[in-house]
Amino acid sequence: MSTIPEGLKYSKEHEWLKITEEKTEDGLSIALVGITDFAQGELGELVYVEVDTVGEEIAIDEVFGTVEAVKTTSDLFMPVSAKILEFNPLLNEDDGDQPELINSDPFGDGWVVKIALTNMDELEGLMSAEGYADMIS
Amino acid sequence: MKETFLKSRHEALGAKMVDFAGFNMPVYYSSIKEEHLAVRNHAGIFDVSHMGEFHLKGIGALDLIQKICSNDASKLAIGQAQYSCFPNGEGGIVDDLLVYRMPEEDGVPVYMLVVNAGNIEKDWNWVNQHNKRAVTIVDLSDNMSLLAIQGPKAKGILQRLTKTDLNDIPFYHFTKGDVGKSENVIISNTGYTGSGGFEIYCSNSQVDELWDEILEAGASDGLIPTGLGARDTLRLEMGYCLYGNDITDKTSPIEAGLSWITKTYKKTLIDRALYKVQKNKGVDRKLAGFKVHDRRVPRQGYEIKNIEGENIGVVTSGTLSPSLEIPIGMAYIDVAYLDEGTKILVDTGRKTLEAEVCKMPFYKN
Repeated sequence: MSTIPEGLKYSKEHEWLKITEEKTEDGLSIALVGITDFAQGELGELVYVEVDTVGEEIAIDEVFGTVEAVKTTSDLFMPVSAKILEFNPLLNEDDGDQPELINSDPFGDGWVVKIALTNMDELEGLMSAEGYADMIS
Repeated sequence: MKETFLKSRHEALGAKMVDFAGFNMPVYYSSIKEEHLAVRNHAGIFDVSHMGEFHLKGIGALDLIQKICSNDASKLAIGQAQYSCFPNGEGGIVDDLLVYRMPEEDGVPVYMLVVNAGNIEKDWNWVNQHNKRAVTIVDLSDNMSLLAIQGPKAKGILQRLTKTDLNDIPFYHFTKGDVGKSENVIISNTGYTGSGGFEIYCSNSQVDELWDEILEAGASDGLIPTGLGARDTLRLEMGYCLYGNDITDKTSPIEAGLSWITKTYKKTLIDRALYKVQKNKGVDRKLAGFKVHDRRVPRQGYEIKNIEGENIGVVTSGTLSPSLEIPIGMAYIDVAYLDEGTKILVDTGRKTLEAEVCKMPFYKN
């Protein structure tokens, strides 16, 4: 069974979003985004994560990166409209280069990007842990 | 969805199950990479009971096989197996398969054809459609299970479970014998991994006990259960074709590098004339291996381009090679670009990856 922590928001594309207590200088809420335990289990071992959109504003449902598993390639979709602030240095090939963290700790060290939310209303379109559990059951 | 008789074993081992060719099959238990390396360095056991088996019995069995199978089955001794494919009458391939020449029954020749799970129905229709001499054809796919025990330790592990001397079974030969508590199973020196080992055909009622016995006997040698994910990366490192990816009803065996199993001297062979021309005059594209100078992994369907950016081919299989730790793939490429080391580009749709043509197998033991 895959883990689905309470308190996070979930998208139909199997991303999770966690609002942090940080804000940007212009007052936007900062959140972490990653892929769910269920999604990493479906993909299998990740071998590479690419995010080349840092600094860009990406609209909801648009692609912000790609994950490569041994078996397949999968795009990463923005759960909400946001500006990409940071790509997790633990995953980045020039830095930590440990894409397997997404497999071992998808909701912790395996987070993918830090974002600044540009449209808080879109959070209402995401699912709770319960709603996501229903979707994947 | 169909399932094998080991489904509960796979689930108890924590396997990730997926739909493969209409069967609920284990894609991995722990991790594809770990299972892959276990087969390369120690041993692994695969449940490949989804594969199809047809028995052909009759005076005309060899004639039927010689017509529909590309390789020359007249060369087979009893107890010998052969890789082959079914030409589809339009130059493409219906399926690839193994042909086993079984012991005669009541003085009548018997063969077993082992086909891909996803093609069982298509193959069944194809073989029966060409059966003009009353060969008795029986589909045993639902009655037989198949285990592949592969890797450098596989032989030693199996030897502890059988009185049959495995040294007496050369590559691509088989015999019937007892393994563990299972009597009269087919022990075949074949496989799809390039790391050696055996495949055991048994009845569905034998397979769970045999699976347990092999896992137990092999544990001290590092044998682990291995899924279809590792089976795919293992075969790809060897450059072995996978039906549906590298060979299809639109690819000829000559293009696929399977000239060695395409015996156009056989007068009755389907598509003989076409393959003769392809062998003599050459083909426009061929299946080739390539390695990528990037972290991105090539996938089926990505376009291959030359360094000028012109389209010269298409990827049929790709993965991150667990042994070599680089992305590798196979592609049909214009024959002008097949020299080893030729620089090519792989277009992912979003990025262009630098790559070069290389020899297969990618991995050498």
